[in-house]
Amino acid sequence: MENTRIPLHHVHEALGARIIPFGGFEMPVRYSSDKEEHLAVRNGVGVFDVSHMGEFLIEGPHALALIQKVTSNDAAKLIDGQAQYSCLPNHEGGIVDDLIVYRFNTEKYLLVVNASNIEKDWLWVSANNDMKASLSNVSKDYCLFAVQGPKALDVLQSITEVDLAAIKFYHFHEGTLAGIDGIIISATGYTGAGGFELYVKNEQAESLWNQIFQTGTEYDIKPIGLGARDTLRLEMGYCLYGNDIDDKTSPLEGGLGWITKFSKSFINSAALALQKEKGVQKKLIAFEIKGKGIPRHDYPIMNLEGVIIGKVTSGTMSPSLNKGIGMGYVPIGDHQIGTEILIEIRHKKVPAIICKTPFL
Amino acid sequence: MNIPSQLFYTKDHEWVKIEGDIATVGITDFAQGELGDIVYIEIETIGETFSAEEVFGSVEAVKTVSDLMMPVSGEILSLNEALESTPELINTDPYEAGWLVKIKVEDQGDHLLSAEDYRVLIGG
Repeated sequence: MENTRIPLHHVHEALGARIIPFGGFEMPVRYSSDKEEHLAVRNGVGVFDVSHMGEFLIEGPHALALIQKVTSNDAAKLIDGQAQYSCLPNHEGGIVDDLIVYRFNTEKYLLVVNASNIEKDWLWVSANNDMKASLSNVSKDYCLFAVQGPKALDVLQSITEVDLAAIKFYHFHEGTLAGIDGIIISATGYTGAGGFELYVKNEQAESLWNQIFQTGTEYDIKPIGLGARDTLRLEMGYCLYGNDIDDKTSPLEGGLGWITKFSKSFINSAALALQKEKGVQKKLIAFEIKGKGIPRHDYPIMNLEGVIIGKVTSGTMSPSLNKGIGMGYVPIGDHQIGTEILIEIRHKKVPAIICKTPFL
Repeated sequence: MNIPSQLFYTKDHEWVKIEGDIATVGITDFAQGELGDIVYIEIETIGETFSAEEVFGSVEAVKTVSDLMMPVSGEILSLNEALESTPELINTDPYEAGWLVKIKVEDQGDHLLSAEDYRVLIGG
């Protein structure tokens, strides 16, 4: 299948980005250096073009009923202008996707889903829409720029009248920014570095991008690729769908119990409630390598006797900590923080220790 | 793309400089660009003898890891000690300060590529 180009593809090419196929799209993975980009976001400000992400509008009097049915978190708790991290459980105990639910008003919601799952999620949500909420897939209409880092607010505040400091974490405001009306300014992100995500119509996207970079020059703003996005999210212990959670892992196993609310019923909620009551058999843990070595996807996790107890689901060198960090599933009993384990890195058993997230 | 004309290359994106029976080996500018930030080099095979194309170590970058393959048959004599503290030399100066190992050549073989052949290989 041909990979889709995002609207600002030419801009990234001109910036010298290395472009790779990702989730059905051609995406900038690196502009200069993974480390430099990572640290720019941690310490300053950087912009990701994550326009590959999918957006579904759910509208009408039955919008909330549909969202409550397909998502695990309790969207009834949302107020206008608030967003919520959630997931779409399947019937087999696993997860169709993780997502963000935005509430504009009681009859208008936006679901933001992973790029690689747009088609699967669309079919899933549509198939479960027996209450006939109005559904539209607007993924191709919007660009999404994540302006992240401790200086993100300063950069964006200089091009908008909207009081950005007043937008609380996981809240959003639809307003004018860089002279462009109707931008969804969302205090969310996938980096733990603070900042905003901006949803903009394709037609105005390049103008917005350019104005952010013009204004950001004095803050040494940088374009950031998917490489640094992965190391930034992993330092925070955020799950990546397809790696750390998938069709087979339960939200309870994946550490997403906090977005699995049994105050309402949803797809597979009875089975998940039972799993919660009985206790899960395995759990997603985080670990850091003691000494040298970089864990990577699929490397075996062993106990100190050298018995394989799990697999690494995500791993990298942490540019902030300068050591190897990762996540993976291990059986209950082996999962406690402080437990010493071994990661098999290219035929070598390297000591590691189970730790809390975020890693920083 | 920087591909010095006086060096030989392999399809595994290494360069080789041959002086008498000693080969100095590194990875190409193209390879370092593909790998991204190099974090460390793992070569624990000093004094060992390998055939061409056997794995003698690995190079770990932030996002990926890659095997290092013998460009010629021979014995690993020494490695670039500077890489222990400054592995980024491979990114910044792949053909000079970022060299990896020196090999005592037993058999050079006939598979090494010229700079021109290598340029064609990487589509440059």
